[in-house]
Amino acid sequence: MKQNRLKIALQLFGIFFQIGAFTFGGGYAMIPLIQRETVERHRLIDQSDILDIVAIAESTPGPIAVNSATFIGYQAAGVWGSLAATLGVVLPSFCIILIVSAFLRQVMDYAVVRYAFAGIRSGVLSLVALALLKMARQCPKGVVPALLAVGAFLVSALTGCSVLLIIAAAAVIGLATYLLLPRQEETP
Amino acid sequence: MIYLSLFLSFLKIGAFTFGGGYAMLPLIEQEVLAHGWLDLPQLVDFVAVSESTPGPFAINIATYVGSQTAGVLGALCATAGVVLPSFVVILIVARCYLAFKNSRVVKGVMSGLKPAVVGLIAAAVLSIGQAVLFPAGFGWAVFNTAAFWCSVALFAGALAAGLCKVHPILIIACSAALGVGLGYLGVWPA
Repeated sequence: MKQNRLKIALQLFGIFFQIGAFTFGGGYAMIPLIQRETVERHRLIDQSDILDIVAIAESTPGPIAVNSATFIGYQAAGVWGSLAATLGVVLPSFCIILIVSAFLRQVMDYAVVRYAFAGIRSGVLSLVALALLKMARQCPKGVVPALLAVGAFLVSALTGCSVLLIIAAAAVIGLATYLLLPRQEETP
Repeated sequence: MIYLSLFLSFLKIGAFTFGGGYAMLPLIEQEVLAHGWLDLPQLVDFVAVSESTPGPFAINIATYVGSQTAGVLGALCATAGVVLPSFVVILIVARCYLAFKNSRVVKGVMSGLKPAVVGLIAAAVLSIGQAVLFPAGFGWAVFNTAAFWCSVALFAGALAAGLCKVHPILIIACSAALGVGLGYLGVWPA
């Protein structure tokens, strides 16, 4: 049993290293790959587990990729499995960015790179705006959510209020309205 | 002590952001700017770098900020900080995850967090928009510059491409190419 767990942990490390090294765009982009590798190819966890992963990763703090890796690692091989999977998914990013950061500032001295980034900044603005649209579409609808969204925007944009404070306040208000107000239909 | 402050800042980011990816941007922006580790244009540039390299945004930015401020050990501290809360929370949740999934408290908290994150990202779009379109601060004179209108056109084009499901890396590559072209036409200020 011990031997078996060690083998699975090594396997998890390999799978998640590969996923971390070859998926662009972070957590959500990884889910289909995670499913193919851990459910279909290596049969480390059940199909039913994978369905819960997105829901759990979204309602716990931190990056989706790390949450999914830790969760699957634990399901497949306990604490060591989760450690192996998490290390695997983080390591490629860590190494690649270390290399990038060694020369990113220097290449900024070249005019051509500065010009490229002058264009790229507009592209990034659109990417963040697109993420905003996507999240707004997936957001629960209703008066309370709308007030919370507008309130968080105004407080954050107009006052220097800490983001942490806004998040904490929203959590309390969400909890209070959910428990106290008469229940609307459940969002699936 | 720089290592401790990197670790604690990214621990905070890891512990209090829900939804991953750009949902983490508002708190990252606040922490990184408050400590003077990056300025806003540098953060925007790094978002592009992160989109064009594999791996999750949170890990990439933690490693980058850590290594820029305090070398490899700094990168290690920041990355460990951003990963640790996830790891611990998931280990706890994985043990009792049916109870967690059906918990009314979790549902209630999430019902408040999701819309607030949308509002916070809207504020981040606003501040990034200011940094991208009005890099020298707002003034009516900006509207007479080619740089402003080229940025607006690039933004609109990229937004349209994104709505047509063009891949983010392609959007960044195209805006980089156009940026270089416009640069040699003398559009961007020195």
